[in-house]
Amino acid sequence: MKILERNNFHRLFDVLKESGFDIIGPTLQDQAIVYDHLEGVEDLPEGWTDEQAPGKYRVKKRNDKALFGYVVGPTSWKKFLYPPRQKLWSAQKAGSGFEVAAEEGVPQKMAFLGVRSCELAAIAVQDKIFCGGSFVDPHYKKRRENVFLAAVNCAEPKGTCFCVSMNTGPRALGGLDLSLTEMIEGERHYFFLRSGSAEGEKVLSRLPLKDAEGGQQKKEDALLEEARRHMGRAMDTRDIKRLLYDNPDHPQWDKAAERCLSCANCTMACPTCFCSTVEDVSDLTGEHAERWRKWDSCFSLEFSYIHGGNVRQSTKGRYRQWMTHKLASWQDQFGTSGCVGCGRCISWCPAGIDITEEVKAIRADQPARAESP
Amino acid sequence: MRKESHLVEETVDPMVPRPFVVRESREETRDAFTLTLEPQEANGAPAFEPGQFNMIYVFGVGEVPVSISGDPRQPEVLVHTVRAVGGVTRALQKLGPGDIVGVRGPFGSAWPVDKAKGKDVVIVTGGIGLAPLRPAVCQILGQREKIGKFALLYGARTPKDILYREQLGQWRSNLDLQVRVTVDNATRDWYGTVGVVTILIHKARFDPANTIAMVCGPEIMMRFVVQELIKERMREQDIYISMERNMKCAVGFCGHCQYGPNFICKDGPVFRFSDVRHLFGLREI
Ligand SMILES: Cc1cc2nc3c(=O)[nH]c(=O)nc-3n(C[C@H](O)[C@H](O)[C@H](O)COP(=O)(O)OP(=O)(O)OC[C@H]3O[C@@H](n4cnc5c(N)ncnc54)[C@H](O)[C@@H]3O)c2cc1C
Ligand code: SF4
Ligand code: SF4
Repeated sequence: MKILERNNFHRLFDVLKESGFDIIGPTLQDQAIVYDHLEGVEDLPEGWTDEQAPGKYRVKKRNDKALFGYVVGPTSWKKFLYPPRQKLWSAQKAGSGFEVAAEEGVPQKMAFLGVRSCELAAIAVQDKIFCGGSFVDPHYKKRRENVFLAAVNCAEPKGTCFCVSMNTGPRALGGLDLSLTEMIEGERHYFFLRSGSAEGEKVLSRLPLKDAEGGQQKKEDALLEEARRHMGRAMDTRDIKRLLYDNPDHPQWDKAAERCLSCANCTMACPTCFCSTVEDVSDLTGEHAERWRKWDSCFSLEFSYIHGGNVRQSTKGRYRQWMTHKLASWQDQFGTSGCVGCGRCISWCPAGIDITEEVKAIRADQPARAESP
Repeated sequence: MRKESHLVEETVDPMVPRPFVVRESREETRDAFTLTLEPQEANGAPAFEPGQFNMIYVFGVGEVPVSISGDPRQPEVLVHTVRAVGGVTRALQKLGPGDIVGVRGPFGSAWPVDKAKGKDVVIVTGGIGLAPLRPAVCQILGQREKIGKFALLYGARTPKDILYREQLGQWRSNLDLQVRVTVDNATRDWYGTVGVVTILIHKARFDPANTIAMVCGPEIMMRFVVQELIKERMREQDIYISMERNMKCAVGFCGHCQYGPNFICKDGPVFRFSDVRHLFGLREI
């Protein structure tokens, strides 16, 4: 473990830039902390924090100058690895037919600075979806291979966080290049740094670091243990797959559907949701055509359209599809939960629907079988 | 996930279609037609198994899933029978010899023709559902001696909607293939059975304890057919159905075709009924 002083933090930006990375990280825009291109330390939301609750998100000033003193906002890294709108290929008329050209742009190397542990888990989930099966999405893969992950350990979880329940945090453990813990002790402001890969080691070697002294590890452990104990929410995930598979007709689905606006905010904000649709376009001359992929949501009526009718006509059917997919069928599909406990869907739901409360309600009202061993 | 990881460096893009030339477009019924396609490049049409489907792209219009309906023993061409119902399928209907379409595939699971060896086979289809089963019929007829009794039961809306009329006639002349056709609404020139396809099931000869059933048609029709087959004492694990859902990518990325934990494009479209029974009865799944 190494120490980087706050007044040297800009060196991390320099080194990443010199290594050819476009740095992406948290920045304050329109009263929210979002991920975007960062020029330097001054673009970070220094001295800001956030407050989150079901249907509520608000930024406010802190009484210190922490650079990472908030949790996750409305955007996630997904938009950089799997863009909301992306060209898949283009086709050009030629003779009686046409020729198709794959979209082969080589994306820029990106460094994600400030990735939270739940978000590392979300990236690992999307890696499985796009690169782990019988088909590989070359668009995702090309971007993903060129990403440097600099994680930040979470010291102050907020009202909708439940990474502990989902086993994804608050400490960033695997699948990263670098991890940071921000420490503020009165006047002293510094970071603990660890590398998690050869690439991370290279970056570390170019920073003005000090060795951490004994005892300092304890301070970090205490901080993160404190975070563990202050999760805003909790979800009992025991046997959750069976719980949802066994309850497709539970009355709670009707209750959720009464509140749900089918607005799709939850799926857009969720860092693991991956559904997409395509758009075929052609130009006015009819000589050139393109196929674009766009984020889609199981909350839209057209999502399940087949000739003769939409399969999921009711909000109940759509909400049940979303939540059952997240927590149950995802496990069968990808060997992992589709929920990493980041809380975005709770904070950004205009109706304040809370996935942890929905699970609780279904669990609480079980037919007799739940009691049986 | 760096380049040196387990992933191969050069991934083929499964979203990019290959150009195929329309060799023939043949009208089957008032709204269904059969396209015969040949690859534009020299490297041949891909081999396929009965029950699999392709994504067919019409320039600038869109792409839709369509089952392969040709004879697997003639792999040099791709044959698709399509019912014109909307944007893309109507655009396909307008194509003629020499026109180009994009093709991706084949995708998905297959009818269990191999599992049928030594057993009876009963095929129950409705409407356009005969198209995805034609390759299975062809394959079985090519190894007829390996199968016991063989029944093909087909329901169409009206006599005018019967697909592959000529071929059904040829098949019927095989003394060892029971072909039965029914229509929902008869016209004056129809002397055959009238009524839904389920009424044909108890007329067919097969040994329910030793039969493989393959069922394809609208979901509601499959529901009644499966019920009837079970009433005839068939076992759920011997019944296979082919499911349909909206599909945008066919490779498990778009999420549209989810059916419970299954992606119909990868885990289906052909499912063993006993594997999906718990989903089959649910609404809005
Ligand atoms: C595995 C599979 C095999 C199929 N095999 C055949 C076949 O052999 N012959 C045949 O005629 N039809 C088949 N279909 C149905 C065919 O895909 C639809 O009729 C077609 O997509 C309708 O498209 P459209 O643009 O003409 O209609 P529109 O009503 O304009 O549909 C708009 C879009 O919705 C989607 N869509 C609509 N209906 C369906 C549907 N039933 N299934 C999936 N997506 C749909 C498509 O993306 C379509 O472009 C199959 C479907 C699936 C899933
Ligand atoms: S389902 Fe909600 S809490 Fe879970 S990962 Fe998605 S947005 Fe976060
Ligand atoms: S659960 Fe909330 S965020 Fe999701 S679709 Fe319903 S109203 Fe919108």
